[in-house]
Amino acid sequence: MTAVAQKPPPLPVVKDKSNSFVVAKTPVYLACLLIAVVWVIPALGILINSFRNPQAIQSTGWWTVIGEVFNPDTWTLQNYATVLDQGFGNAFANSLAVTIPAVAIPITVAAFAAYAFAWMDFPGRNLWFAAVVGLMVVPLQMALIPILRIYTVFDLTGSFPGLWLAHTGFGLPLAVYLLRNYMGSLPSSLIESAQIDGASHWTIFTRLILPLSTPVLAAFATLQFLWVWNDYLVALVFLGVANPDNAVITVELAGLQGQFGEGALNLLPAAAFVSMVLPLVVFFLLQRYFVRGLTAGSVKG
Amino acid sequence: MTTPPVLRDDDVEVSHPHGDPGARDSSPQLWLLRILSALIIPAVLALFFFTFEFLQDPETNKIVQITVAIVVGVGGVWLLYWALDRLVNAMPDRVGAGVRPFVFAGPALILLAFYLIYPTIDTVITSLRDAGGDEWVGIDNFVRVFTENTYLISLRNSIFWAILVPIVCVGVGLAVAVLADLLPRRTESTFKSLIFLPMAVSFVGASVVFAFIYSFRVEGFGDQIGLLNAIWTAFGGDPVDWLRVPFWNNLFLMVILIWTQTGFAMVILSAAIKGVPEDLLEAARIDGANEWQAFRRITVPTIASTIVVVWTTILITTWKVYDIVAVMTGGRDGTSVVAERMVTEFFTFQNNGVGAALAVVLLVVVTPILVINIRRFRQQEALR
Repeated sequence: MTAVAQKPPPLPVVKDKSNSFVVAKTPVYLACLLIAVVWVIPALGILINSFRNPQAIQSTGWWTVIGEVFNPDTWTLQNYATVLDQGFGNAFANSLAVTIPAVAIPITVAAFAAYAFAWMDFPGRNLWFAAVVGLMVVPLQMALIPILRIYTVFDLTGSFPGLWLAHTGFGLPLAVYLLRNYMGSLPSSLIESAQIDGASHWTIFTRLILPLSTPVLAAFATLQFLWVWNDYLVALVFLGVANPDNAVITVELAGLQGQFGEGALNLLPAAAFVSMVLPLVVFFLLQRYFVRGLTAGSVKG
Repeated sequence: MTTPPVLRDDDVEVSHPHGDPGARDSSPQLWLLRILSALIIPAVLALFFFTFEFLQDPETNKIVQITVAIVVGVGGVWLLYWALDRLVNAMPDRVGAGVRPFVFAGPALILLAFYLIYPTIDTVITSLRDAGGDEWVGIDNFVRVFTENTYLISLRNSIFWAILVPIVCVGVGLAVAVLADLLPRRTESTFKSLIFLPMAVSFVGASVVFAFIYSFRVEGFGDQIGLLNAIWTAFGGDPVDWLRVPFWNNLFLMVILIWTQTGFAMVILSAAIKGVPEDLLEAARIDGANEWQAFRRITVPTIASTIVVVWTTILITTWKVYDIVAVMTGGRDGTSVVAERMVTEFFTFQNNGVGAALAVVLLVVVTPILVINIRRFRQQEALR
């Protein structure tokens, strides 16, 4: 860094820079405001619509509320009541029933595998981990028909367990990859000293590595949660067609969207928000972990 | 040395800082034990989930189902790993050291083999057989995919998506990241959250959101409730059924994906921009560079590899897009894409051969990325 060492007294430059900042500030604020408005308006529109009277949703645009914001007749919770009553309450529970195990199982299986890949020696380790890295980009579309064929034989379509294991399989490459990279970057002196103290692999894994890996476990859990909750294709193929009672919320919402213009119009905004509320909460609470997972896992397909 | 045990490319027997004696033994008996120990956990999981009737019964209380699944899926799996680990402890040291890694890594590998590797091979085979899977037809399905108009439209649209969406997402994401960097800290994080938020919304949800933008009513049949038509007619245009305008409807669908993915590009690029050394930029400014030149000559080259990673990730997401097209248009009016066409072939036309051929097309295009990923991973390992 010789350039830094030779740096001349920076005073005039700094002054110059601050001047240019004063000039640039207003356009920057305006540009940011414009982008933010463009990005928020689509969602804001249906959020407002979801609280309007059904007839109003059908007949006028959401922006017409501007004149009647303080008119109590404008707002209602009726759409939410109707939507929850018409299957979306059940679909919400189904989505939970699918998502929680589909997050918990792959994390457990991947954590053990990641430890082995990071800290155990075995023949073919190199090759198998390379395979895991490769499998990250394999489109899950490749798996739909063969797995559906097997599931049909064993009568697993339309039930949750088949979906849990499918999501486990599809989420594992990223999970193993993320966890192994994190565990492998922990200092080896830590593991060595534990081994010298006579700790077994089991003890080192459960007492040392796992607690230290909490951030990456949380990162993957957040990613996988959003992925499974928001999934449409896998749930549609393995669950929705065979057993409508078990349909998850995205499938239910897509079905409602299919009736657009046939009276579903007034229910869609509320239904969409029921489907989004949990991911949004998770997103806000765990944004830090989500970003970390995305950054580390941005090689996934 | 703080490096973990590193995988060697040549995979030869190496003396290893943490290697257990016997870990690399490869007698047939040992391999049998290893395979067995890898199979046990997936087999027990499958048996439990697939045989317990009450878990599959829609009448069973959902809360009970979830609870059982979590208890078994996590607790039961842990218990199995624990029991197997105990079992390995009881083995002679040399044998145990050879088997234990497979108790840990085996179940994951078996699940991957079942859910990804086997299906991939099966799909490739299916793509070489006829619609019902009865007879070999060679490359006929691929010939159809690359010559018949229906499929060519899907291919054209997919390529079109794959070019435009990543470019717009990275471009806008980069611009937003740079702009956000100039804002005061508090404002910056609020602004970034707003752009990032759609990332948490499902493609189906995003499609519903945009259905209210593109909504169309024939003139004289009530007010336009779609934002786009409201603006369009306010400026004197006739209402347009946006999703049925040939060619342009593809762009309107792409906007939905761009809306959800730009935040991803922005967040990753923003982190990279903050990692550009300030003294480097300062040095450039002292040498007379203006802000644009400093950005163009210092920031962009420094974050080039991040740009490539973000671009690739969005490219893969875009290439596999299904939900948006399926929900918004069902592939009608020339909006079909490969991933959507594939599902239609499978489930609507029961043409497994062509469906599988389309799936193979999906895979072949991402294969170079797969190869690059593995190569980059190996380079990283070599550097450690």
